[in-house]
Parts: sequence; C-alpha cells; structure tokens
Amino acid sequence: MARIIVVTSGKGGVGKTTTSAAIAMGLAKKGHKTAVIDFDVGLRNLDLIMGCERRVVYDFVNVINGEASLNQALIRDKNCNQLYILPASQTRDKDALNQEGVGKILDELKKDFKYIVCDSPAGIEKGAHLAMYFADDAFVVTNPEVSSVRDSDRMLGILASKSRRAEQNEEPIKEYLLLSRYSPDRVRLGEMLSVDDVQEILSLHLLGVIPESKSVLNASNSGMPIILDEKSDAGQAYADIVARYLGEDKPHRFIEDKKGFFGKLFGSK
Amino acid sequence: MSTDPHKTPYTPSALEFKSSTFSVPVLVLTSDDLIAVEQQLQDKIGLAPEFFRNSPLIIDLQEINKKGYDIDVAELTEVLRNSGLLPIGIRGGNVQQNEQALDLLIPVYSIHNVGASAETQERKTITPAPEPETDAADNISTTLITQPVRSGQRVYSSGDLIILAQVSAGAEIMAEGNIHVYSTLRGRALAGVQGDTEARIFCSDLQAELISIAGNYKISEDLDETVRKKPVQIYLQNHTLIIKDIV
Repeated sequence: MARIIVVTSGKGGVGKTTTSAAIAMGLAKKGHKTAVIDFDVGLRNLDLIMGCERRVVYDFVNVINGEASLNQALIRDKNCNQLYILPASQTRDKDALNQEGVGKILDELKKDFKYIVCDSPAGIEKGAHLAMYFADDAFVVTNPEVSSVRDSDRMLGILASKSRRAEQNEEPIKEYLLLSRYSPDRVRLGEMLSVDDVQEILSLHLLGVIPESKSVLNASNSGMPIILDEKSDAGQAYADIVARYLGEDKPHRFIEDKKGFFGKLFGSK
Repeated sequence: MSTDPHKTPYTPSALEFKSSTFSVPVLVLTSDDLIAVEQQLQDKIGLAPEFFRNSPLIIDLQEINKKGYDIDVAELTEVLRNSGLLPIGIRGGNVQQNEQALDLLIPVYSIHNVGASAETQERKTITPAPEPETDAADNISTTLITQPVRSGQRVYSSGDLIILAQVSAGAEIMAEGNIHVYSTLRGRALAGVQGDTEARIFCSDLQAELISIAGNYKISEDLDETVRKKPVQIYLQNHTLIIKDIV
C-alpha cells in the first residue's frame, strides 16, 4: 500500500525541501520506488536540490491541466533509479493547483509507487493545504526557535482538522517531528530551544534531530541530496530518520554535543 | 489501488452551508398568566427599548411545564410579537406545545442541543461528548476533547469543556460553563462566556496567555509567578479573578 508523506512546517526556511530531497532519496536507496513532488508552484526549488533542473520539460501544473502525461513529467533521478521527481512550475502560482487535479495525480502515482513525498510550500494557504490534504504521514520540520515551533503547532492543528483523513473521519494523519538545524552548543548557551523544550510544547513523536551543518549548504549548491554525503553528520541524521520511519530501532544521535567523556561529565544541564 | 469515491467534479458553487454561533436571548416563562407576562415584559423592554426592538427570542417553557401549568403558544407568540420581539424558537415544550409552535412556523429546539450549534470547522477533530443523562437537572452538554488543541484552533462548548490534552499557545478554548484542562494550558481560556460568574477554570499547569471568567480577564503578564506552571483553579469573587491551588 502506497503511503503519501507530506513534509511541512508552516514557517519558511526551516529545511522542508532539503528534508524532502533527503528522505525521498533515502527511501529510494532502501529499494522503495519513491516519487517526490514539489508543491511550491512559482518558487520551484526541489529540482535544484535534486540536481535535475536542467532536465525539466513538463511540470506538475502541465499534468494537472492535461498538457502532459505523468510519465512525461516525472524525471528519473540520476543517482538512484527508484526515485522520480515531479517538479513544480516556475511560471505559475498556487492557484494553478486544485484539489481534484492533485487527487487524481496522487491516485495515479499510488498505483506505481511505494512512497510519495510531497514537499510543501511555506505558509498555510492553498499550496500548503493541497500538499497536506491527501497525506497519510506528516513530517513536521521545526527549527529550535519559538516562531518555528508555534508555526509547526498551527500546522499540526490544520493536519488534524482540514486533511482528507480528518474530513472523512478516518484514522488521523501520523505526525512526526524532525528537529532541524540543531546545535547542542547553542542549546547549552541558552540560545536555542532544546529537544525537550520543543517536545514539551509540541508533544509529538520525534523522528530525528538534524544537526546544523555546513555540508547541507554545499550539498544543496551542488544538487546532491545531503543523505548521499554519508560522511556528514546531517547526512547520517537523515539516514537514521529514514531507517526509523521504516521501523528500525536507531538510538537518537546529535542531541548531545561531541565533547566526549569530559564534556559529558562536566558540561552543564 | 484505492481511488477516492468521495470526489466531486469541480464546479463553482452558488451557495454554501455554514454553521455559526449566535447569542440569542431566551425567555424563560415561570407563569402561565399571560396578562402578567405581558405587563412584566413591557417593564423590562422599557428599560432598554433599543435592545429589545425586533430582537430574536427563544421561548423556554420548561419551567411552567415543570409546574404543571399550560400555556397557549399561539397567544403567547401574539403577546411577544406585539411587544416587538421576534420568537425564533421554542424549547422545553410538551408535544402539544411543540406542534402549536410548528404550526406557527417556529422551530422546536431540544433542550440539550440549544446552543450546541457552536460547531466550528475545527470541531471535527473533537471526540464528541456522550449524550447527557436526560434526567439530569442541568440542561447543558459537556464537550470532551482528547486531542491537543493546537495553535489557531478554537473550541466552544455550550456547557462544560473538558480537555485531556494540552492547549497550545495561540489556541482559544471557550465554554459557557466550566473549563477543565488536565494538561498544560498555554492558550486562551474563557469560561462563563455567556455571563455565568460561577464558572471556574481548572488546569494542571497554568501557562495561559489569557484567562477569563464571565468577561473578567487576566493576561499572561499579570499572572503571579507563584501560580505559573502550577495546578490551579480560577474563579470569580467580587468581580476579581482568584487563582488558587486546587488542593
């Protein structure tokens, strides 16, 4: 049975597209046929992060309008043949999307794919609404700061009340917390909320913590999903997250800083 | 694989049904003496003629039926209309009174559901409360919520409101009766919103943005550090909000 995963946050700039690219690649690498859809119509970014921007012919809106078939628009990833990308249109805006069209495309994808990852735009308006509406699982990406946490909380309220599952009284969307750009050093200095602080406010199942890392920016710029950089801590964090999502039992990492034995002994907290 | 059977073709719709909540005066009759009723009604209206002019009204017959009196709904309606009031519903009537009301095109409300039209869209997430016992003396319904109330969500109960999960900052919970939150209360909580000064708020961890009982409110900044993050009850005494330990 196919699962639709929405990667969402409410707030912008927290790492939704980075996360979408990483977990889609991670799921595909594990051998599951995966599609990743860019719902950010008008601000197309996913293709850049996935390094396929020079191969975009047709896009999501073309398929909705019947100007291209799904197969024409899907781009096969060059690193993994189990992964396909459906890019957003850059020349249109969110009004080009409609619920019926999106539903049709997702139904068609469900016949063929195991996982469908929907990269939500920021905000709580139409684009974000359609990205989450059909979801089975939600990855809520949050940065350890108060405005991001509040926006995520708002998004969780919308997931619980305005999704298809909520409207049809089905089992609610499974919600997971991904805490990104986490820096234990800054948490210790009191500049950032800790995992516990965020957990207390959101009370959500923590799927993983992604450390703040320079390698993320490098990966984005070179069009390689960060999960392919197995040496980077952020890449490993995403690999853990995918494994946990698929049911593997992996202890959480990157929550404490790497000070080692003495840091742990004498560090505050 | 599964296709969605509930999909409808997209056509722009000409109308939309929405539910909203109104505050409507309820006229509770305690006497079947229509002359006395009319007299006292005039006195009341004289106090605030503008307020009552063309005001919608729900007739509540529960009290007089309890006393075993009877009243002619048609005559009563006549009296009300002559006084400039517009009856839009009746509740607490017996079978015969209800039939009379319907003949006059006045809708009949069940005593339990009056005011329960406060359904907002967000309410879909809410586990509905079981029907209250019919023989219970109070005629209000309790709303029970088991899921967290998230930022931006609003919940309204026409009776008491019991929440077993946290209430986030930016959420708003309102009840005509008491509010119980058996977790952290970070949002706004307003009890006794229809003026019940006896209503109370109970919570196991007070971090609210705002608390209010019957319109008397305190904002987060005014909360004393001795009660913050504590299990407390909040009630009204001489128009002042009192925040106290539960035990």
